[in-house]
Amino acid sequence: MAETATRSKPASGGAGKTRRNGTRSSGKRVQTGANNVFSGESPDTLRDYFRQMTLIRRFEERAAQGYTQAKIGGYCHLNLGEEATVVGLMSALRRSDYLFTNYREHGYALAKGIEPGRVMAELYGRTSGTSKGWGGSMHMFDVDSGLLGGYGIVGGQIPLATGAALAIDYRGGDQVVMCQLGDGTTNIGAFHESLNIAALWNLPVIFVVVNNQLGMGTTVEKSSAESELYKRAVAYRMHGERVDGNDVTAVNEAASRLVEHARATGEPALLETVSHRLKGHSVVDPSKYRSQESVDAARAADPVATFRARLIDSGVLDEDGAAEIERQAQADADAAVAFADDSPHPDVSTLFDYTYATPVANDSRRLPADPVF
Amino acid sequence: MAVITYRQALHDTLREEMLADEDVFLIGEEIGVFEGSYKITAGLLDEFGEKRVRDTPIAEEGFIGAAVGAAMQGLRPVAELMTINFSLIALDQIVNHAAKIYGMFGGQCSVPMVMRTPGGGGQQLGATHSQNIELYYAFVPGLKVVAPSTPADAKALLRASIADNDPVLFLENLALYNTKGEVPETVEPAEIGKAAVSRPGNDITIIGYSRMATVAHQVADKLEDEEGISAEVVDLRSLRPLDRETLVESVRKTNCAVIAEDDWLTYGIGAEIAASISDGAFDSLDAPVRRVAAAEVPLPYAKPLERAALPSAESLTTAVHETLEAVGRRR
Ligand SMILES: Cc1ncc(C[n+]2csc(CCOP(=O)(O)OP(=O)(O)O)c2C)c(N)n1
Ligand SMILES: [Mg+2]
Repeated sequence: MAETATRSKPASGGAGKTRRNGTRSSGKRVQTGANNVFSGESPDTLRDYFRQMTLIRRFEERAAQGYTQAKIGGYCHLNLGEEATVVGLMSALRRSDYLFTNYREHGYALAKGIEPGRVMAELYGRTSGTSKGWGGSMHMFDVDSGLLGGYGIVGGQIPLATGAALAIDYRGGDQVVMCQLGDGTTNIGAFHESLNIAALWNLPVIFVVVNNQLGMGTTVEKSSAESELYKRAVAYRMHGERVDGNDVTAVNEAASRLVEHARATGEPALLETVSHRLKGHSVVDPSKYRSQESVDAARAADPVATFRARLIDSGVLDEDGAAEIERQAQADADAAVAFADDSPHPDVSTLFDYTYATPVANDSRRLPADPVF
Repeated sequence: MAVITYRQALHDTLREEMLADEDVFLIGEEIGVFEGSYKITAGLLDEFGEKRVRDTPIAEEGFIGAAVGAAMQGLRPVAELMTINFSLIALDQIVNHAAKIYGMFGGQCSVPMVMRTPGGGGQQLGATHSQNIELYYAFVPGLKVVAPSTPADAKALLRASIADNDPVLFLENLALYNTKGEVPETVEPAEIGKAAVSRPGNDITIIGYSRMATVAHQVADKLEDEEGISAEVVDLRSLRPLDRETLVESVRKTNCAVIAEDDWLTYGIGAEIAASISDGAFDSLDAPVRRVAAAEVPLPYAKPLERAALPSAESLTTAVHETLEAVGRRR
């Protein structure tokens, strides 16, 4: 399903800035199985994809449960149905590469390398969470793994990611920035302003439109005059392409190629992944507006189930091996919940700890009942 | 009299105004097929069709600006900004355009539009989704800002806002949508720019708007029941224009005041109210005007921190007690 638009480009390398030309070791090719459709990933890599996708699935199920039990508050948006996209994208990044996402970021946090317990603890609002309980589901941040934020304001992450790429360019580093956003988010001004800037200044940022075919309840066709979203890159003379977001290896191939090209040349690109949302916009959304066809299509395309079947068909995994991975994922998700539940709530005395990075005279530290004088 | 929710009052009023005037239409994100993020517009797409219930792309600047442009042509768009936090993306169209067009062009063209939007914290939505930034709009000449606290006022003020020939920011609050109140069979449009003494009393004036006006009522009722304190509540209802006369008159009677606001204290709505009291009732004051407002931090997600940061019935009660002690009216 890979389609490309605009300016053609070499698979890697290219003129312009001197950057280290990253290479990706493709490992041993999969040899076994009559239905082998894999093209370069080692069996270990494929099994690891499955492990990560399954972990995200189990984690999100536990998150939904925690929400129902009122352990988690606020809004809670899940990656159910987007596991292949998440893992394919994150496997294309180095740990030192930067990631900016929207509020639907639990899976990205896990796949970028944050321990599940710390991700769950953020949902639980505990001090051991990725943002010390200050951010919640929508606002995870972790310097070590390069997650430079999940952002709750639609489009907020896009200029920021562009700015991070500017900093890389400025300092001459070899990192790449990936900026994840949703299909609905391609209609906000910040998207267009940022793509123009990134193309104009040749900044190493890959914009990834995770097209799950819905905003909250609005379809892509109802919100985007050009519904083939990757084509929006054309207006900025940027490379754009579309890939099947249910296929982890296809996502990874496309993302790796674009990331390494950006690493080598600084050139930005737009990648659109097409998949489905298995559940509501957030945990509380019953999706009443959704057609039965759309729900059926999402179920039929379930990326975790289909990948499992592919792995078994091709002999990369057997039933026992798959079941073992699933058992382990469940145990990891359960352990994350236990860790979160055992972690302390932030103390009220810390309420004024993060208003300013540079301490300042006359900073207000008043609680609601305190008089001014 | 029917008892209905604040949500229902808004819904019914939108529907009635649409039935009464072809020029009234709704525009906003997820208001049609999704029936509104907070379900205010449920059923209206089915009844009125896509022409009059317009789902927009996620493009606040674009659709608010389009509403301004349509209003310049005499249509009466009622835009829904999903929450006031997202209005910031449309700030330029609201402040530099909607608010300026009538004056800047010498009164040749008015902008009869309404922007409905909820503010409010307390739902663990984190720093960007919990703000009370109505002040940004209340600061701007050319805009009108109303903030009803009851279902009946929601109805009366929404009717008035839609009939008004100026851009009106209509402030709702997430915590109010499910609250109930009596609404008469027919509700006349309210007069924008008028506060209400919504609970008469003699010992102290509590001034609030939107959610904090309802909290003020709870506190006043409890003070009366448990301590025999007679608190007067002034519900501002309109933030711009501000009805200084009504609040000053109340303070001249009670001689002391506590302001209850959900926004931040420094430069907040309460600062203007306190200044107005100083202007108009200085000689009547027996104690400093006290403000109960949110702690000045980006609001944390974690429940204990969020709870500590936001004003509540408890913090308001403390402020009322301390103020009464200061004037010697409480042992
Ligand atoms: C500026 C702004 N407007 C509106 C919203 C409310 N909102 C949150 S998510 C969302 C839909 C986004 O859809 P999409 O970009 O497709 O991402 P998805 O949720 O499908 O991952 C909307 C309208 C917001 N958070 N910020
Ligand atoms: Mg989407």
